[in-house]
Amino acid sequence: MGEKSDVRQGTLALMVLKTLDVLGPQHGYGIARRIEQISGDLLEVNQGTLYPLLLKLEHEGSISSERGASENNRKARFYRLTAAGRRQLRAETRGWEQTAAIMARFFEVKAEDLP
Amino acid sequence: MRFLRRFLERLGNFASRRRADQRLREEMEDHLALQTEENLRAGMPRAEARRQALLKFGAVQTIRESHHGEQSLPFAESLLQDLRYAFRQLANSPGFASIAILTVALGIGATTAIYSVVDATLLHPLPYPHPDQLVRIQDDLPGAGARDVGLSVQEWWDLQNSGIFQYLSIQGGGSVNLTGASQPARIYFKPVSPNYFAVLGAKPQFGRLFDPQDRTPGFTLEVVISDGLWKRAFGADPNILGRSLRLDNDTYRVIGVMPPGFRDQGRTSEERNTELWAAVGFAGDPLPPPQRNVRLRLEATARLAPGLTIAAAQSRLDALVASLQKQYPADYPLQSAWTVRLVPLSESVVGNVRQPLVLLLGAVALVLLIGCVNVANLQLARASARGREMAVRQALGAARSRLVRQLLTESLLLSMLGGIAGIALLFCLKGTLLSIVPDSLPRLNDISISWGVLLFALGVSVLAGTIFGLAPAFHASLADPCQMLRQEGRGSKGSAAQTRTRSALVVSEFALSLVLMIAAGLLLRSFWNLYKERLGFDPSNVITVQTWLPVPNDPKTDIYGTAAQESTLLREILRRGKSLPGVEEVAVGDLAALPLGHGHNDLNPFPLIREGHETQGKEPPIVDASVVSPEYFHLLGMTLLRGRLFSDSDVDTTPSVAVINEAMARTYWPNEDPMGKHFKLRPANPTWTTVVGIVANARSESLEQANVPQIYLNAYQRTAKDLAIFLRGRLDPATIPEQVREQVQSVDRELPVFGARMLPDVVSGALSQRRFAMDAVLLFALTALLLAGLGIYGTISFVVGERTREIGVRIALGAQRKSILGMVMRKGLTLAIAGALVGFVAALIVSHLMAGLLYNISPSDPLTFLGLTLVLTAVALAACYIPARRAMRVNPIVALRYE
Repeated sequence: MGEKSDVRQGTLALMVLKTLDVLGPQHGYGIARRIEQISGDLLEVNQGTLYPLLLKLEHEGSISSERGASENNRKARFYRLTAAGRRQLRAETRGWEQTAAIMARFFEVKAEDLP
Repeated sequence: MRFLRRFLERLGNFASRRRADQRLREEMEDHLALQTEENLRAGMPRAEARRQALLKFGAVQTIRESHHGEQSLPFAESLLQDLRYAFRQLANSPGFASIAILTVALGIGATTAIYSVVDATLLHPLPYPHPDQLVRIQDDLPGAGARDVGLSVQEWWDLQNSGIFQYLSIQGGGSVNLTGASQPARIYFKPVSPNYFAVLGAKPQFGRLFDPQDRTPGFTLEVVISDGLWKRAFGADPNILGRSLRLDNDTYRVIGVMPPGFRDQGRTSEERNTELWAAVGFAGDPLPPPQRNVRLRLEATARLAPGLTIAAAQSRLDALVASLQKQYPADYPLQSAWTVRLVPLSESVVGNVRQPLVLLLGAVALVLLIGCVNVANLQLARASARGREMAVRQALGAARSRLVRQLLTESLLLSMLGGIAGIALLFCLKGTLLSIVPDSLPRLNDISISWGVLLFALGVSVLAGTIFGLAPAFHASLADPCQMLRQEGRGSKGSAAQTRTRSALVVSEFALSLVLMIAAGLLLRSFWNLYKERLGFDPSNVITVQTWLPVPNDPKTDIYGTAAQESTLLREILRRGKSLPGVEEVAVGDLAALPLGHGHNDLNPFPLIREGHETQGKEPPIVDASVVSPEYFHLLGMTLLRGRLFSDSDVDTTPSVAVINEAMARTYWPNEDPMGKHFKLRPANPTWTTVVGIVANARSESLEQANVPQIYLNAYQRTAKDLAIFLRGRLDPATIPEQVREQVQSVDRELPVFGARMLPDVVSGALSQRRFAMDAVLLFALTALLLAGLGIYGTISFVVGERTREIGVRIALGAQRKSILGMVMRKGLTLAIAGALVGFVAALIVSHLMAGLLYNISPSDPLTFLGLTLVLTAVALAACYIPARRAMRVNPIVALRYE
């Protein structure tokens, strides 16, 4: 797999973690819906790619899962953020905010501002 | 690191992949169901709801596969898949599988067995640190025709101080009477210079070794003993250090015990099993004061200075020798051309077993190769039967490389199973196999199935699998699925290329087995030539027992110092020996008189000084002499040609007399009558010895050499310390040694009696190494012949099977059945002859390489070559006859309908 998808996956992973942080335990479908809602049309993402990512995150220990009943009494797997996941989320959020801030500053700079 | 972590992660996933995939599928299904429900709620029709859900989700299968590919090890997975498939394939054809595995198992088992011997003997001959620094120093006097004459003490000192060596030790060897332990015993000991263990780099189990800087001229009266002797003679006494023991009546003190695994170096198994070492400076009593031209006839072993190669050391040594010759011209006459050689110690230890072992390894490798060819042939036959399967798989999109890999996996699985079976076989037969190996092999005790040997077996298995997997895999890669599938309706027919390969394999098989058979044939005939050689003496009904008179370091205390003193003892032993039950004749002699039973160290080489043959500054020739009592010649049935034998009237007060053999007469008194001629064996000796008789040559020195010059001296006129007692009659080998011991010890309680052997056993023992090599090669050759026969049988059967329809048509059209038979036989004969031609040439090369192992037979002996070629052709024809008859009996109606 190329470098590109890793970056995108990294982003997607952060979205998943944040979603679980905000909404609490969720099943896969719920997470997908939430991401879709928030990002709207801006993010063209195949919902299917979410599931391998969930497996991977669980494998890495950022999230855990257990089977339970969903709203309409279907059996579903619920994912929740672990302590490690929360730490990871905080670290990555900070990283992103920094990157975003730096990028923002660069974009704000105009030619006449330069000494 | 990152890569490694990722790999481990993948490896973990590989193990749990089924579960992960299962879960992924469930989750995806859940998601799709939820999405479909929602779409339904939004008012879509059911089918559309599901379709939209799928569209939004993306390609389920692709996601699964890419997840899989990313998280797992595709190579290992397909390997596992191939292995599973290969196992199923083998299980489906148990006949093929068992024959193939058995063939490979025998081949690999035999190869590994021989390799384990080679590994211990040739590859690791010296169990010491930095073995490549160890050399043996040999010096020759080519001008006097003398080799390996030994260094004098002065030469030893000069070489030691030259800076070429870290340590240079001198060591003798022999057996000694040990008393002061539980029983008087004869043990093998080495008088060594104090730096001997420093040369080897050995450490004691406890106690200490000799001080390498010790400059004591004579014996230091300190000894080091082996672990074996410590346990056997001293009951593993923990207070052994400082304990005294007596060797030939001299008292020594034990200062150290070697570890259990320590083995001494040496050419003979006796030397390697040395049990006691005494330090001696070789420059004082009991040895003569050192003189430059008095050579010690001892072995010199050295450890080269670090970083010095043998070649570099040799050139420095040559310069040193040249300057010594200039410095002492009187001691080094130019004619004798003194030279000093460095020989790697490993070579000098392995010596004469290298060639037979290399031959054996070559022979067994050939057998393995023939086995591989056979399995390849079987595989090819199966491949053409499985052609349809391969074609279908290829048509369904399997890549060629994938099919080739599959076939190679099958071959490797076969060879691995064969290898495992072979090793298992080897472990079961280990005891039996080791008992066949002759004792004379160096490091016999160290032969084992070590990790190195197992690694070798693994390597050979992989190699074998690759060899016999290549042909079928190659053909699979060439196969055209279209043609294969089209042909299928009309019965399977292997491609022409495949038949060609099979023929080539059979030809090579025949060539290889002819090489082996001719090698075995030549060895067999050499053995037979040697076996039927007239010995010149009659070993039947003769038992020999050894004893040893002590040699104290102070000659004045020697109670057997003169011939007169010793002859009293000898006459008493002879008288008592004759009284034993069944004994008809008794004789005594020294070890050199013991036919075939003596090692290099037991010989008594002397310079031969003939009256009237002045050597004019040249070194006199070196000859072997043995000491015997008058009864010796009659007891061994040796023929007197001229003159007389010893009589009872020859005693120490009458003139010294000798009997010589024919070879001696011819070599040293050519064109003149040796009877009555005078000679002496010690330049300082004032009296001459007279030749009184000539006996026929006997192969007492070695079976291979008939005409070694020999001098026999009279035991009543000359002392000998190493005695052998010869007894002939209807003897009971179980009781005789004990009875002889009682009789000898009733004369002198301190004499050890040991080494009882039946002379016929000694004679066959002298043939043992040769017999071992011959037996093994013969066995390999027969196996090869069998395999080659099976190979040609299989191929011809296959050809007949393929051509059943064609043969049916021919018969239907009126072909004579006999001509069908001829057609098939011709095919087989062509293969056999082609194989024989190639094998003939290869065998010529091989037989010349092994010329050193042959006796009285030319390496290109026409009888052996032609005879065995005929045998091989006959086997080929017999193997072809069965399928040929089947072809002849083909019923055209059945054959045509069957299609």
